[in-house]
Amino acid sequence: MFYREVGQFKTSYDADEAIFPIAQDRWSVIVLIAFASLGVPLFAGQYLYTEVLIPVLILSIAAIGLNILTGYCGQLSLGSGGFMAVGAYAAYNLALRLPETNIILVFLFAGVMAMLVGLLFGLPSLRIKGFYLAVATLASQFFLEWAFARVKWFTNYAPSGSVAVGRIELFGIPIDTPGKTYIFVLAITVVLTLAAKNLVRGRIGRMWMAIRDMDIAAEIIGIRPLHAKLSAFAVSSFYIGVAGALWAFLRLGSWEPLAFDVNRSFQVLFMIIIGGLGTLLGSFLGAAFIVLVPIFLNQLPSWLGIAMSTAMISHIEFMLFGAMIVLFLIAEPHGLARLWAIGKEKLRLWPFPY
Amino acid sequence: MTGKTMSGIRVGIALAGAVAVAAPALAQNEQFIPNLVYRTGAYAPNGVPFANGIADYYRLINERDGGINGVKIVFEECDTGYATDRGVECYERLKGKGPTGAAYVIPLSTGITFALTEKTTVDKIPIISMGYGRSESRDGSVFQWNFPLLGTYWTAADIILQHIAKKEGGFDKLKGKKIALVYHDSPYGKEPIALLQKRAQMHGFETLFLPVTHPGVEQKATWLQIRQNRPDYVLLWGWGVMNSTAIKEAVAVGYPREKMYGVWWSGAEPDVRPAEDGAKGYNSAALQHTAGQFKLHEDLKKYLYDKGLGAAKWEETGEILYVRGLINAMLGVEAIRTAQERFGKKPLTGEQVRWGLENLDISADRIKQLGFEGELRPIKVSCADHEGTRTGRIQTWDGKKWNIASDWLTSDDSVIAPMVKEAAAKYAAEKKLTPGCLVTN
Repeated sequence: MFYREVGQFKTSYDADEAIFPIAQDRWSVIVLIAFASLGVPLFAGQYLYTEVLIPVLILSIAAIGLNILTGYCGQLSLGSGGFMAVGAYAAYNLALRLPETNIILVFLFAGVMAMLVGLLFGLPSLRIKGFYLAVATLASQFFLEWAFARVKWFTNYAPSGSVAVGRIELFGIPIDTPGKTYIFVLAITVVLTLAAKNLVRGRIGRMWMAIRDMDIAAEIIGIRPLHAKLSAFAVSSFYIGVAGALWAFLRLGSWEPLAFDVNRSFQVLFMIIIGGLGTLLGSFLGAAFIVLVPIFLNQLPSWLGIAMSTAMISHIEFMLFGAMIVLFLIAEPHGLARLWAIGKEKLRLWPFPY
Repeated sequence: MTGKTMSGIRVGIALAGAVAVAAPALAQNEQFIPNLVYRTGAYAPNGVPFANGIADYYRLINERDGGINGVKIVFEECDTGYATDRGVECYERLKGKGPTGAAYVIPLSTGITFALTEKTTVDKIPIISMGYGRSESRDGSVFQWNFPLLGTYWTAADIILQHIAKKEGGFDKLKGKKIALVYHDSPYGKEPIALLQKRAQMHGFETLFLPVTHPGVEQKATWLQIRQNRPDYVLLWGWGVMNSTAIKEAVAVGYPREKMYGVWWSGAEPDVRPAEDGAKGYNSAALQHTAGQFKLHEDLKKYLYDKGLGAAKWEETGEILYVRGLINAMLGVEAIRTAQERFGKKPLTGEQVRWGLENLDISADRIKQLGFEGELRPIKVSCADHEGTRTGRIQTWDGKKWNIASDWLTSDDSVIAPMVKEAAAKYAAEKKLTPGCLVTN
């Protein structure tokens, strides 16, 4: 009843090529973005910003990055943590050595450096596939972690190997409060998501998907695997690198290579598996799930007024979180985004399903 | 089912946000103290006694004295699992609770201390990182909100080196010797490197740095290197299971335990017990206390354990990390007491407690009064020195218990002070800070 495209005629090619051809979708996205940028600051407290919204948004960017590579192009990667580290340390070094650089340029530089490293580690993908590629990218994860822990230049010879960033300014406005940080991260997320959406639904995205679905068939119809796979690695690493720099600068403030260890790679991979491979929405839902559910479970006993020992709360958190992941994957192996799509299908027929 | 589950999650997430913002109101005359602990995860064997010690001391103050000058202590634990991002989340969750917010925060992890260092400056909450954190954070003019009380890693490393030098017959005898550092590959483990390099340069001994990846159960390659290089001494900067593994590996390659020296994180009962007889002769730096029950335990028994209120088992209350928890809580409580003398006997803000920490002065008499005689040396904190004291001892494990094996040793400030100054200045430059003592009105 509410979600039906009856009567919405497409009278031009532009209308047909729109990102959201259905008016309800278009409006709900606009309302969502407006709410996120204008509505949220009206009521959000610091905890909501720093522990809920900012981490979810930044990790969503990383998940989009990995989704481009794994979900759209079918190349399994376990190196996301390492590429995030490349972004973080590239941004750190640029900001340190050329302190006058605009922060946007710093983050772009982080993305570009991660892209170059990603291209390098993407080369084996032309020869090896599937699980073997996953292992090769895992090697890149360990190598990058090692490099940032051992090569002193990257950390500016900090004795402890931990680095910290100073105040961040954008066009003279300091980004110092959680509210400003949130708006900044939100803006970057929106721009990057829009770019990703346009990439994956255009020629390049179709090329990736063709490679994903059957690389030999794709090659036969004239898609160059070198081109397709490496471009997926490049774009994916760019996103992950930007996410890494944002994570380091705006979330952590001071960090060590351990912040980007192999667990981070798995975390991002689980986000796209639970959220939904090959969907951008899934990247957001997956990031929200992985970041928020443990925090939610951890605080649940105190909200319900159940007195429980600290250790017990943690154990229960782990058990319930694990159980929820298993249940979700049994209920819908295609992830949360698929559940959302099913919901929309049902809504189209409601209240008269057949 | 699928659609419903979906909306259930969304409601859950919305709830998570909404409830987290509205912290429950507490009664007015209460001082809130957050407690970041790890009772789970790879480091739980060490984290649990520490957390118990802290909890018991706060409870004792409430039960015996009715709070700090009548202000009840309310504390809440949050399990970090020794993970930095989780620790930051815990801090954010707890910092605003109570009528005046958190009095101070005890991160109990060098990584979390690093991460919180900037956040606490904005939130105006002091960090007590007793014996850990950045060594240069003792410079209170740059690290205004950090208090690495009772010695930093540089102090610990220097005390160990002094002890070794004494055994050898002076620092000049160290020339040509080889000292290895087996360390946890994290900011924590890397902290002593700067001091060891400096001392090596001064006295002409060789150093060998051997990192071990978290959590440290795989050390075969490390100890193979030790066997090949035969260092004269091995310093151990490990944590949790890494320590007992290191001692077992030392037994396996036949490295004498008498020549091994751990930092205080590597010198508690859970570190040596798993290695059984193999750990006999192993040494560690004690900043400042050692194991065993003392005067305060009479009160603990009377007010807590006889009533069944204790967090630990009675026989565990003499363990090193439990005692360390007690001391850490005591220093925090004394800082609040000091601040109360100036700001009034009411719940205080983090800013006021910071003043209390910076003006903390615990004399030998006061230590006796508090029931900590024999465990501590007098402590005096100032803006220039957030460490309070720089003395410690070396203790040796005899297979059953820890025994003090040295006199009180004081780290050499003519070596450390310039290093602190340089490192703090570098930090200030990186962070674009102007150093200066903080004045609280």
